[in-house]
Amino acid sequence: MSGAGVAAADGAALAAIRRVGAIGLFFGRILAQCLPALTRPRVVIHQIYNAGARSLIIIMLCGLFVGMVLGLQGHDLLARFGSEDALGVAAALSLLKELGPVVGALLFAGRAGTSLTSEIGLMKATDQLTAMEIMAVDPLRLVVAPRFLGALIALPLLVAIFNIVGLFGAQLVGVQLMGIDSGAFWSQTQAAVELDDVYEGVIKSVVFGAACGLIAVYEGYHAAPTAEGVGLATTRTVVTSSVLTLLLDYVLTAAFL
Amino acid sequence: MVDVRGVHYGFGRREIFSGLDLQVRRGRITAFMGPSGTGKTTLLRLITGQAAPHEGTVRVFGEDVPKLPQRELFALRRRMGMLFQNGALLTDLSVFENVAFPLREHARLPESLLRHIVLSKLHAVGLRGAANLMPGELSGGMARRVALARAIVMDPEILIYDEPFVGLDPISMGMIVRLIRQMNEVLGITSIVVSHDVEELGAIAHDSYLLSQGKVVASGTPAELRASHLEVVRQFMEGIADGPVPFHYPAPDYFGQLLDGGSP
Ligand SMILES: Nc1ncnc2c1ncn2[C@@H]1O[C@H](COP(=O)(O)OP(=O)(O)O)[C@@H](O)[C@H]1O
Ligand SMILES: [Mg+2]
Repeated sequence: MSGAGVAAADGAALAAIRRVGAIGLFFGRILAQCLPALTRPRVVIHQIYNAGARSLIIIMLCGLFVGMVLGLQGHDLLARFGSEDALGVAAALSLLKELGPVVGALLFAGRAGTSLTSEIGLMKATDQLTAMEIMAVDPLRLVVAPRFLGALIALPLLVAIFNIVGLFGAQLVGVQLMGIDSGAFWSQTQAAVELDDVYEGVIKSVVFGAACGLIAVYEGYHAAPTAEGVGLATTRTVVTSSVLTLLLDYVLTAAFL
Repeated sequence: MVDVRGVHYGFGRREIFSGLDLQVRRGRITAFMGPSGTGKTTLLRLITGQAAPHEGTVRVFGEDVPKLPQRELFALRRRMGMLFQNGALLTDLSVFENVAFPLREHARLPESLLRHIVLSKLHAVGLRGAANLMPGELSGGMARRVALARAIVMDPEILIYDEPFVGLDPISMGMIVRLIRQMNEVLGITSIVVSHDVEELGAIAHDSYLLSQGKVVASGTPAELRASHLEVVRQFMEGIADGPVPFHYPAPDYFGQLLDGGSP
């Protein structure tokens, strides 16, 4: 590599580290405002509704498709071992532990995360955040923290819905289409899925919710206060949230196994 | 009330202020004038404590603004009101709730009293009838008047207007001018008006400062500025395109650049 190339790579690495640091510091500032924000549950509930309702349709639709694909692929795979009846277990575990939290978080980042970023970015671009500061109101407490909490709470709920719809989709294909016995499908599922599997899924979805929420509000709050700046920030939200989700997924999976 | 001394400030290597001195006196309307991009908004950010000068002091109500911890800075800001160029109304709240916002945040008032205060402030700007509209339904002039009602709802001692006349039709402009004067005369609010609108300012300002290239280049009453013989002042007051503030952005020699034939 040429000297200039090394220098450029150094610069990029430095910028990445700086960004991680900045996001970490911002995370601390938001956490400090979370308790004060919780003293107004209505604002937070409104944000849970906002983030949740925005993504509900797409989460259900994608949950159904993912479940149906699981039904097809799972049936094909298990048929090779003559154990089609285990389809319910396979689908439930994949959804609970991996597909639900990960796909849910990716969809959430694309739908609710981008809305959060552009909403906060536009508030910044139109001086609303500055106006709050001049009125001696901390926008971190009033605008940012409730939205972060909203994402943190909404994603696990959405993931639960995703899993239920997904399992229904797998059942649809496996039982209705491929003719697996409905009783075997459900009873095996019930017998094999442990509470620990559920915990793993819940913890993942909470962590992903925090990550996606944090990135979305960070990008919005730090967007350049112009139309172009808000557009760029929304793009960064999707890219960063997706990468972070998959990275955290690996870390958490490794920790659980 | 406001005392700015020897202030240096800049973004990166670019210097915006190099030794700025100015004072705002109690009970008066003071104008900050200057070509766009001189740093008028930046100066307001220094005064409201959103940015700290690299050198020099900014005092408001006798307090050293950049040294204040957040709690005291917020206490200080409760004594100030600011009007932003586009109003900066909170888009998801109605006109009434926008004006009520500072009261709900800072004062625990019974709903009936709050309603009374908000409606009286809206009445003062002539928009009591618009209380239930959303900000998106307002014209530019109306939004600015609502923002003014919000700015005075906590009974501030200082009101700061950033470019209050920009982009208004003559009627709305006249209303704003009248309101600025009223706030000052009737309520006794010390006012800072940032603008490059020489004519409107002449009608209301008691004192004025002309900023250019990081410094105060002239100060006095608007009449004094108009009578000034300084070339920068005359250029600004009379709107001459070229002068000490050059028409051309700094560029290499034109003829040389053409002959050069290289990149633009
Ligand atoms: N956040 C910033 N980063 C870099 N430069 C800035 C920033 N804000 C303002 N500036 C620059 O500072 C100068 C003064 O800006 P401003 O105070 O908005 O001027 P004015 O209000 O007098 O038109 C402008 O040239 C602007 O480009
Ligand atoms: Mg300005």
